[in-house]
Amino acid sequence: MQKRLVLDQKQISIILDRFCYQLIENHDDFDNTVLLGLQPRGVLVLDRLEKRLEEISGVRVPSGYLDATFHRDDFRRRNIPLKANETKIDFLIENKHVVLVDDVLFKGRSARAAMDAMIAFGRPKKVELMVLIDRKYTRDYPIKPDYCGREVNTLESQYVSVEWALNGFEEDAIWITEKEVKS
Amino acid sequence: MQQLSTKHLLGIKGLNEQDIQLIFETADNFKEVINRPIKKVPSLRDITIANVFFENSTRTKLSFELAEKRLSADVVNFSSSNSSVKKGETLVDTVNNILSMKVDMVVMRHSSPGAPQFLSQNINANIVNAGDGTHEHPTQALLDAFSIREKLGDVAGKKVAIIGDILHSRVALSNIFCLQKLGAEVMVCGPITLLPKYISSLGVKVELDVKKALEWCDVANVLRIQLERQQIKYFPSLREYSLYYGVDKKLLDQLDKEIVIMHPGPINRGVELNSDVADSEHSIILNQVENGVAIRMAVLYLLAGVK
Repeated sequence: MQKRLVLDQKQISIILDRFCYQLIENHDDFDNTVLLGLQPRGVLVLDRLEKRLEEISGVRVPSGYLDATFHRDDFRRRNIPLKANETKIDFLIENKHVVLVDDVLFKGRSARAAMDAMIAFGRPKKVELMVLIDRKYTRDYPIKPDYCGREVNTLESQYVSVEWALNGFEEDAIWITEKEVKS
Repeated sequence: MQQLSTKHLLGIKGLNEQDIQLIFETADNFKEVINRPIKKVPSLRDITIANVFFENSTRTKLSFELAEKRLSADVVNFSSSNSSVKKGETLVDTVNNILSMKVDMVVMRHSSPGAPQFLSQNINANIVNAGDGTHEHPTQALLDAFSIREKLGDVAGKKVAIIGDILHSRVALSNIFCLQKLGAEVMVCGPITLLPKYISSLGVKVELDVKKALEWCDVANVLRIQLERQQIKYFPSLREYSLYYGVDKKLLDQLDKEIVIMHPGPINRGVELNSDVADSEHSIILNQVENGVAIRMAVLYLLAGVK
């Protein structure tokens, strides 16, 4: 199986720091801002970002986890239903600036479902999307990230795997991998 | 595994422990959904569900209907009392006619045990048994076990006494299967005339003294005396039943421990359960009702995903 490293641990740290400074620049004192990590993998990015943002700015921005499983448009089009994850949002998003955080932006369908799921918690004033990896030229829906770690060109036969040291991997890393062809 | 092992929910007997755990985990997420300001998700927006009730029902029908609507399914309701069944139409014909209107799932209650099983062999739709005679009521058992898990953290290792009219209850049988599959110990308690002869062969303890049953258990699931199903007298009077088998606060105060009180409803207040217990902090009856919607949403969501 071919693997190509896209981002290593150091590069991921630099990108997360950059995200923090961009957020500080755009959201000032975070008075009206909340962060939502998209389940399942966006929450890992969010946890890192939230911690680093507090270190840099001294502000703890309200953050939660959003699961969009029940809002996806591919139910009954997959062989088995997706298993839902926890949604943990203990604040209102009415009139707030919401930053949705995910690891990889691919077709844009998850982001669309997430926005649909988010509306159940109120009507935000503005929504932004932050992703570590933007798989360019693969979008089904007209969705573009506001904060992007790295743009990559990928084929349908490839997938982007995100490895976190927290999950037992040697170190944080993001790879492009060839999908295994089933014979 | 993220898929149920069955296309229909005919009874708890047809589920394995993994299925039950999957339903619980999915219901956990739906419980969060139904406590939001906007309680609706679009998962079943292209699905039409027929609620086919050949027997009266209030809470089960309401609970299924709410679950269906909160999943954005299209819902049609059928009740036999004002239908062509009165003109002599057969069950299969009735349901096939409904299915010809492009219905994907059927939630069915029937007075005959095995009716949903029969239907599942004759029509092409997912069938959910909402109670068949004195046989099974799987979603009630699932929500009961889910409520115990919520209250006590786990079902495994817990002692559950099912008290009351076991003979005429479909809840009892499904409860026994469900609780045993999840590793609980089960006891049945009631007058000997209301206990089926085969009951001990299901691996449950049998007790005739309600005080001893309460002393033994962590959870008491008190069942309704089903007067409408009793063709003959099984006990001398309701007053006597209440005296010997009714659960009241005085009885609970005699125990040197706290137990959880459940009841599938509707309650005959003052007969099997006194108001001082039904409305006390021991009771999780209203939690059962709330959990019923989440469990039914989970069942419908998971069954709709089975191709």
